[in-house]
Amino acid sequence: MLKKAQALFLRPLGAVLALVSAVSSHAESAASQLNMPQGVTEVSQAAYDIHMVMMWICTVIGVAVFGFMFYVMYAHRKSRGAVAENFHENLIVELLWTIVPAIILIVMAIPATTALLKVYDTENADIDIKVTGYQWKWQYEYLGEDVKFMSELRTPQDEIYGREPKGEHYLREVTEPLVLPAGKKVRFLITGNDVIHSWWVPDFGVKRDAVPGLFTSAWAKTDKPGTYVGECTELCGSGHAFMPVVVEVKEQAEYDQWLADKKAAAAEYASTIGKQWTFDELMVQGEEVYNRSCAGCHAVNGEGIPGVFPALKNSVIALGPVVEHLRVVVDGIPGTAMQSFADQLSEVDIAAVIHYERNAWGNDVGDITQPVDVLNYKQAK
Amino acid sequence: MAHGPATLADGWVKYASRWLFTTNHKDIGTLYLWFSFAMFILGGSFAMVIRAELFQPGMQLIKPEFFNQMTTMHGLVMVFGAIMPAFVGLANWLIPMMIGAPDMALPRMNNLSFWILPFAFAILVATLFMEGGGPNFGWTFYAPLSTTYAPDTVNYFIFGVHIMGASSIMGSINIIATVMNMRAPGMTYMKMPMFVWTWLITAFLLVAVMPVLAGAVTMMLMDINFGTSFFDAAGGGDPVLFQHIFWFFGHPEVYIIILPAFGVVSQIIPTFSRKPLFGYSSMVYATASIAFMSFIVWAHHMFTVGMPIAGELYFMYATMLIAVPTGVKVFNWITTMYKGSLTFETPMLFSIAFVILFTFGGFTGLMLSIAAADIQYHDTYFVVAHFHYVMVAGAVFSGTAAVYYWLPKWCGKMYDETMGKVQFWIAFIGFNITFMPQHFLGLAGMPRRYADYGLQFADWNMVSSIGAFMYGAAQILFLFNVVRTITHGKPVDKPEVWEGAEGLEWTVPTPAPYHTFEKPPQVK
Repeated sequence: MLKKAQALFLRPLGAVLALVSAVSSHAESAASQLNMPQGVTEVSQAAYDIHMVMMWICTVIGVAVFGFMFYVMYAHRKSRGAVAENFHENLIVELLWTIVPAIILIVMAIPATTALLKVYDTENADIDIKVTGYQWKWQYEYLGEDVKFMSELRTPQDEIYGREPKGEHYLREVTEPLVLPAGKKVRFLITGNDVIHSWWVPDFGVKRDAVPGLFTSAWAKTDKPGTYVGECTELCGSGHAFMPVVVEVKEQAEYDQWLADKKAAAAEYASTIGKQWTFDELMVQGEEVYNRSCAGCHAVNGEGIPGVFPALKNSVIALGPVVEHLRVVVDGIPGTAMQSFADQLSEVDIAAVIHYERNAWGNDVGDITQPVDVLNYKQAK
Repeated sequence: MAHGPATLADGWVKYASRWLFTTNHKDIGTLYLWFSFAMFILGGSFAMVIRAELFQPGMQLIKPEFFNQMTTMHGLVMVFGAIMPAFVGLANWLIPMMIGAPDMALPRMNNLSFWILPFAFAILVATLFMEGGGPNFGWTFYAPLSTTYAPDTVNYFIFGVHIMGASSIMGSINIIATVMNMRAPGMTYMKMPMFVWTWLITAFLLVAVMPVLAGAVTMMLMDINFGTSFFDAAGGGDPVLFQHIFWFFGHPEVYIIILPAFGVVSQIIPTFSRKPLFGYSSMVYATASIAFMSFIVWAHHMFTVGMPIAGELYFMYATMLIAVPTGVKVFNWITTMYKGSLTFETPMLFSIAFVILFTFGGFTGLMLSIAAADIQYHDTYFVVAHFHYVMVAGAVFSGTAAVYYWLPKWCGKMYDETMGKVQFWIAFIGFNITFMPQHFLGLAGMPRRYADYGLQFADWNMVSSIGAFMYGAAQILFLFNVVRTITHGKPVDKPEVWEGAEGLEWTVPTPAPYHTFEKPPQVK
């Protein structure tokens, strides 16, 4: 009997207690945030301020209204002998509780308008950066500087699927963050390549939808160097949760150095594009690129997702003539989720990934696709 | 007809035929209610899958692709399958009895509008088992994710939405025709119970916006299959156009869900306060103004899309204004309780919880209306928390209250009060454990529709999931209580059932006979 009771009550109780302690010990380490961040820009501060004003107004009204309600529920209950009165109208009271809230709202509209004007103040920017949403990564282009790169999730699939412990920066790390100079007004020109995404950096107070065919602008200016993490906030398919935004704000001198390095690297890359790669070099490089840029749809094992994304293993394209394969990867297939990778991947990466797809998972075409082949294909168009 | 409805004793063919071919408003109301409860359990089980996956960071149980199907189907099934049909069911049962009419004005159309619904949802749910999976683009199905990038099954989804829309439009026309033409002598408009008023206004909203939804999905159908480019930028179309059209439907839609809930609460609170509804006429005007305003605020769902500032300011001001008529309603409910003689039976508990939690959802709604702050709230869990406070604690709580309140009238038996109260407290506590932490998650930066999240969101997600399982369990208890009432409940035979209940439905015998008000009553 006792044993049964123990099984019935103590075991679940123990589980709940264990859970609660797990949650609270977790809370100490991660310090769960409860409120909106104040952020580091004028806009994020304005959003925080108006948020707090609204929250306090709602709290005061809520305490008053619910306080009265609880008093009524206590004082006018039948069990305490309350006898119902029969009134059901009072013009003055009804007018009051229509007019007073209206006045409160009009007063609240003033700071709300001022704050919104700040959001839209995108004139006179020092730097323009084009932000393009792709399924499922971001592309940053420094307009007028000839610097352009993709920024993708760096967290490995093994951490996501629990085969490895999750790192400290789980889902908050990218291959290459956006780098901004401190103290400069940066204007973001935001658009989408395929579906709608939304580029959000909470600490900047910038959230703007990346809509295909539409450019919209937002801005940020901060004096505080540091790393700021954001997210994609518009449902964009199966990788929606896996395309974070990471921004590094650097001091001007560091930023200038970074920009110079980027340009030098691009120049160096251009000079080595004619290099002949070996079969194995391309396989190694190709696997890395594939798992980062292709496996989201076509799966790590090349089998795709039946009915949604086609398999590459034993596929007509991967086993057929290389020029068709180049066409699909470089140009994409219009009207489908297969996007053009011409602007997303370098010639080396495209060559490597095509090579990998033709020679992995039992595909054994055996040919070698060189970066220069990709370049020739692009130039022939 | 002299004889009563067929029962199981008459053989299953006759019994099945009764339900298939019925034109009786009570039978159709019952069908709607059971159907909506089945959909509620189905949509709820999708929610359980979502919360189970989000219990911990990382992908444990399902793939992101299926997660997206779950969030989409949860939304679609709950909005179109659970909440809307539940209130249509209540309307069918109650409106004729409340206005002293023998039945709905268009009984055959009534039968049709119900019986196409199971087909709509069979089609929709079947997509989960098809190659490519079910709709995975969110219940708001923004193009081009729902067009160019959608699985082929999207065509079934479009067909399903068309059928649901047809059902809703027919149901609404029926309600409008009934209320306008079949009121008993002396039942003037300003004497109608609030539930009838809120439904009349809701029906007009439905007739106005369901065709807009049909237009949106038809444009999708054309884009996908017939080479048009309404929403495809590459062909000269505009993805933002889709959002304008969708929300022109979508914003009135949320009031379509909540207005009948207002009506239910406006019936229940006076009964258990033993005092007439305070400010009846201002309630009617407030409902009408909320309905009107629902047409002019749609783009507040699109504050981050990059509208010109003039547009943002207009939609912000207009949205803030909705707080005025909504506030009037809340004040009226509380003043109805003031100096009443209150008792706290299960329907009253759910109604009071409705007032508190709906008002809480209203506060977050007001915060969301401030465009500059909405930049931070938009598409985060703050929004998820907000609309579950108004949809679940609003619509679902009031629906539950309605079932407990009118169930004795429907089946002539009293539910188990203790079990009802236990269910209430599990639901109330579970609901708040689920959704209160989602405010924190949203403010801290967790976007909605995320299959996986960073470690900083782990704690509150776990708490939220525990609450969700608790809330889910409360629904099983609800089902059990209702079934047990029907089979084993203590018989009630007083017509008024509740001390202090007012209205024509409480003047007919309990349980309500198959045909009521064959001779219209005289309303003074």
